[in-house]
Amino acid sequence: MIALVYHWAQFGIPFALAIDFTGGTNWEIVDISRQPTTDEVRAIYAKYGIRDAVPQPETLEGKPGVLIRSSEVRPEVKEQITADLKKLLGNFTEVRFESAGPAIGAEVSQSAVIAVGMASVFILLYLTYAFRKAPHPFRYGVAAIVAMLHDVLVVLGLAAIFGLLFGWQVDALFLTALLTVIGFSVHDTIVVFDRIRENLTRLRGMPFDNVVNHSIMQTLDRSINTQLVVLFTLTALTLFGGVTIRQFVLTMLIGILSGTYSSIFNAAQILVVWEHGEVGNFFRRLTGRQRQATAS
Amino acid sequence: MRQRTYISLALIILLAIFSGWLALSNPTIRIGDIGREVKVHLGLDLQGGLRVLLQADVPAGTQLDAEQMKVARNIIEKRVNELRTLGVVEPLIQLQGTNRIVVELPGIQDPDEVIKVFGGTGLLEFVDAGDTPLTEGQEIVTTGPSAGNSCSGAVAQTAPTPTPTIAPSSTVSPTNPITATVVYTTVMTGDCLQTASVSFDPTTNQPQIAFSMRSSGVNIFGNHTTNNVGKYLAIALDKRVISSPVINSPITGGDGVIEGRFTLDEANNLAVQLKFGSLPIPLRIETTTAIGPTLGQDSVNRSIVAGMIGVAIVALFMIFYYRLPGVLAVIALTIYGFIVFAIYKVGIPGLFPYVTLTLPGIAGFVLSLGVAVDGNILIFERMKEELREGRPLPLAIEAGFERAWPSIRDSNISTLITSVILLWFGSSFGASIVFGFAITLMIGVLVGVFTSVFVTRTFLRVLIDLFPNIGLWWYGVGSISRRSDKSFAPTAE
Repeated sequence: MIALVYHWAQFGIPFALAIDFTGGTNWEIVDISRQPTTDEVRAIYAKYGIRDAVPQPETLEGKPGVLIRSSEVRPEVKEQITADLKKLLGNFTEVRFESAGPAIGAEVSQSAVIAVGMASVFILLYLTYAFRKAPHPFRYGVAAIVAMLHDVLVVLGLAAIFGLLFGWQVDALFLTALLTVIGFSVHDTIVVFDRIRENLTRLRGMPFDNVVNHSIMQTLDRSINTQLVVLFTLTALTLFGGVTIRQFVLTMLIGILSGTYSSIFNAAQILVVWEHGEVGNFFRRLTGRQRQATAS
Repeated sequence: MRQRTYISLALIILLAIFSGWLALSNPTIRIGDIGREVKVHLGLDLQGGLRVLLQADVPAGTQLDAEQMKVARNIIEKRVNELRTLGVVEPLIQLQGTNRIVVELPGIQDPDEVIKVFGGTGLLEFVDAGDTPLTEGQEIVTTGPSAGNSCSGAVAQTAPTPTPTIAPSSTVSPTNPITATVVYTTVMTGDCLQTASVSFDPTTNQPQIAFSMRSSGVNIFGNHTTNNVGKYLAIALDKRVISSPVINSPITGGDGVIEGRFTLDEANNLAVQLKFGSLPIPLRIETTTAIGPTLGQDSVNRSIVAGMIGVAIVALFMIFYYRLPGVLAVIALTIYGFIVFAIYKVGIPGLFPYVTLTLPGIAGFVLSLGVAVDGNILIFERMKEELREGRPLPLAIEAGFERAWPSIRDSNISTLITSVILLWFGSSFGASIVFGFAITLMIGVLVGVFTSVFVTRTFLRVLIDLFPNIGLWWYGVGSISRRSDKSFAPTAE
């Protein structure tokens, strides 16, 4: 969260957005004869009215390449820039050319936010329905959503940190990783809640705190094992998988870890605290804890 | 009960064999005379290719006619299909929302050449240039299509803002000829052309476009060329001059040639655009994504290996931790994999023909696999609890499933809710990435519930029926298991 705020203060936006959301062009070419300087690239782009080109050297399959980020390169201009670049860098191969107009980016991010918002509302409704036999069913939904928001914040904070350190950008793929995390977070929370629901009827008379605690202990084996399973798969993908998905997989890995953590340590606690009417008090503690989680 | 269990087992085995056959081989299935090759469809991010999002280029707030967008889509499709020579296989052209068309061309080699097909509306105009030749590539302002110079009545009707026909004399009235833009008169538009094809200039061997006109075009063209011999008649495509020949002699026969400095590919593209007419709505390229085939392939190979390592570790973990039920779960999950991949390949008849596998799609699959494994873990943990409390094996198994069911149901329904909403948003808005994720997630969750609840349960029932005397160690419960054989009551803490 600190990283988010810092990034916000520094760049006016909490994390770096990629062209999927802002519009612009990413152009990746490989097999170039030499690395161009920033000035050389800028000079070529400037001829066609694009003044914000930033080349970033990279190596793809052992061959030198460069990724040039800029504002939108229209197809009409692309051909001319290609010709100019080929004069400078020899006959290169195009690996990737992604270009998006500014309007569409805004629309994609908007619809993504709406989709996540709507999913939250429906999950809230469903949980309220599913837990209708437990006292205060609405609380379960709210607690699950709060725990989910915690994970979203962790993942966004991560994006901000890595954005500062390695120049990560939040792209559409990141959005899917975030959706995966949300899915898992709610899934995990529900398993714990379900046990609470069941224990509330089985262990009538026991204080609510103890029921919750007992339920967490009972589901702990399962939580850890499921976590391990996901961890195995994602770690393998991070270590051995292709470069293109590394950022994506790492985001999911950390988000899902946070998901299990939050369903045990946040979602269930919210229920307990709410039961005791300490909501105001709790929020102070919650924010403190989240800061810890994000910063670590 | 026993009989039903074995019928279930037989059904599962049949399903496993059928889906395994679909998942592992690439057969061609024939139903009636419709044959279809069954194979995995990889998205552009995995196999390379070109994706272009075209958006209607009209002022904000303009109401678009759905019919016009359909016509535009069909014209784009025809143009794309003409490009088979450039390596276009299985193009996908879809309307998206009310004002967009998505074109996906997997595996093409030269995206720059293909993009030109979408570049313009394909509005071809023969423009009266008077006595001065126009330079090639110059952008000009013309009077545009009107009833007097176009051949299909459709053009005048479908023009978004029907402008009154401007008499040629009134247009050539620049108050200050030096600064004001010259408005050229459109003599004839491209829809008067009947056919267009590439031919070669017999002397220079330069590619050129031969065309013939419809009967109504013959008159317009004949009249103009008869009256303007010696003057320039520029040819402009989307208001950009491509050629500016002199009228040497009246052309009254209806056949002509467009000469210009074309490469063969350019000439081909132009002929394609002319042949299929101009778009009823101007389209603008909104996003372009071109992925080279090498990047995709390398990434896929490495990720497949990585995924297999991950799955192998998971399988080992399940077997070591849960022992016999773990083995059954691994078999059940293998069947899960078969069914899911079979659905990716053949789709669900009536709903979708196949699932295009993209990186986000794989993420959706991984998530659903995690959920499916979790279903098994939930059940086995509950089973172990029941065994520890001293329940006999068959009862413990049934109780494990029964108790775990509400968790599995609620968590999977919430995941389903998410995936349905994402699916809907992904298909109605431009977020195809979200769509790819949501569809694999949805399939995975549905199949996952089926395998963890139905398949694993049947396996366990068959197991205790065939080998009722296996020690509890095999079910992952330690030797302390028979602690309280007689007490069936839940241990009250």
